[in-house]
Amino acid sequence: MRPFSYQRASDPDMAVRALSAAAAASNPLTKAAAQPLAGGTTLIDLMKLDVMRPAAIVDINSLAQGWSAIEPGSEALRLGALAKMSDVAAHAEIERNYPVIANSLKLAASAQLRNMATLAGNVMQRTRCSYFRDVSYENCNKRNPGSGCAAMDGVNRMHAVLGTSDQCVATYPGDFAQALVALDAMVEITGKAGTRSMPFAQLHKTPGNTPDIETMLQPGELISAFSVPGQWPRSVYLKARDRQSYEFALSSAAVALDVQGGTIRDARVALGGVATVPWRAREAEALLKGQKFDDGLAQRVADAAFADAKGRQHNGFKIALGKRVVMRALQQAVTMEIRS
Amino acid sequence: MSENSSSRRSGFDRRAFVAGVAGSALVPLTARAVAQDAKAPAAQDPALPVDVTLRVNGKDKRLQLDARTTVLDALREHLKLTGSKKGCDHGQCGACTVLIDDRRVVSCLTLALAAEGQEITTIEGLATNDRLHPMQQAFIDNDAFQCGYCTPGQIMSALACVKEGHAGSDADIREYMSGNICRCAAYPNIVAAVKQAAPEIMKG
Repeated sequence: MRPFSYQRASDPDMAVRALSAAAAASNPLTKAAAQPLAGGTTLIDLMKLDVMRPAAIVDINSLAQGWSAIEPGSEALRLGALAKMSDVAAHAEIERNYPVIANSLKLAASAQLRNMATLAGNVMQRTRCSYFRDVSYENCNKRNPGSGCAAMDGVNRMHAVLGTSDQCVATYPGDFAQALVALDAMVEITGKAGTRSMPFAQLHKTPGNTPDIETMLQPGELISAFSVPGQWPRSVYLKARDRQSYEFALSSAAVALDVQGGTIRDARVALGGVATVPWRAREAEALLKGQKFDDGLAQRVADAAFADAKGRQHNGFKIALGKRVVMRALQQAVTMEIRS
Repeated sequence: MSENSSSRRSGFDRRAFVAGVAGSALVPLTARAVAQDAKAPAAQDPALPVDVTLRVNGKDKRLQLDARTTVLDALREHLKLTGSKKGCDHGQCGACTVLIDDRRVVSCLTLALAAEGQEITTIEGLATNDRLHPMQQAFIDNDAFQCGYCTPGQIMSALACVKEGHAGSDADIREYMSGNICRCAAYPNIVAAVKQAAPEIMKG
């Protein structure tokens, strides 16, 4: 690991100032010279691999006192950015009213990593593309813009089939973000100019011609909270993977339904493991609204969700698998018992 | 290694950054600049070791560490507590699991500096006098290892697994112990050990 300076920020103002020091370099956030340290499960790992090379680390863990509250309400749920994944996953009201959130967190990583990782760090985690993580490959447009993409014609079994470009097919690896994008969450961002909010769905950027720019965050900005409108007791996170536990998704689905008298009033479908960003399948979910559920409808929704999918040499199976995951998640959501 | 070329391509130049910051009165990241602005966070010179006090198994340990030192390396290389093992060194195998403030974490991805002021418990801190901790004893009783390399991490993780309330069934134990890899595949016996120790640990 390369040397870095270490400093602790005791309040958001300090953190933003220390992190803004790197903004002058006009680098995207992923290459900013100062990086925030929370759980460290992505950052320290990637620094050991020499993929991330910050000159300065700003430890923001002291901000947890103000930024880690879990606040369920009847109108909305608010989650502090520095809440730990394990604490949110085990929260009784989250389990009851937002099972898609609780399960997206429970099915991610390991118990140790969930104890360390924060919600904001989780949504900001970097891709697991093996070519991105291995600096002996020169050609990675995410690490070295303009250098090409080793995955395009390489071992791309884990790579994305949605939201790709001819520059990058790296999968967004997280789980929780699919729940957020499905539930129309907002993300609160704190920076030099104060606090702003935006739809979480706008936070991540598809690779396009700039795979090195992954989010709308600028250097010096921090996620301070998430908020989720409404309550979604009838919601599911289903994750298909190579191992039963402690593995990234090959394909996952976050599904939330509002069913009244057998009719689907509102429906949300988001996909993980198959796309370059947390992926909302809006056209697919629209097919559900006002309908009675049956397996034929589930098949049409699944087909619509993957209508634009493009497989490469090794990952074409994700399209068939992904459809089955969507169908099964819908079936589970329709039939689940709602705890009152 | 393509380190030099990829560093150039990244557009990120450490020397330029450090020089730029040192010349700036607005963004005090260096020690000298910090002294001029009481509100700025204190930063250390990356080239110099840092004074760190780690609380390990109930005792304060004063160390001088490179800022890059992880809790795992501080334990093994500086405090000679070699019970916590370095398997993958990337947070994937669980061999380095310790408790920090009673929560299990992977010490290989935890910076020692970031753990200052917290209570670190390692495998060396479990036994009292000559009496093994019930989870240690249960691993022996159930033959829950072969080579033993993953065992300290397994035991620390198992202890937390029980205290979190995730040892109620075999399926729960398997799920909540999945962050600890055993290359000898002693898993069935590990599950049995966790089940054996759980009631005694829950009694306190």
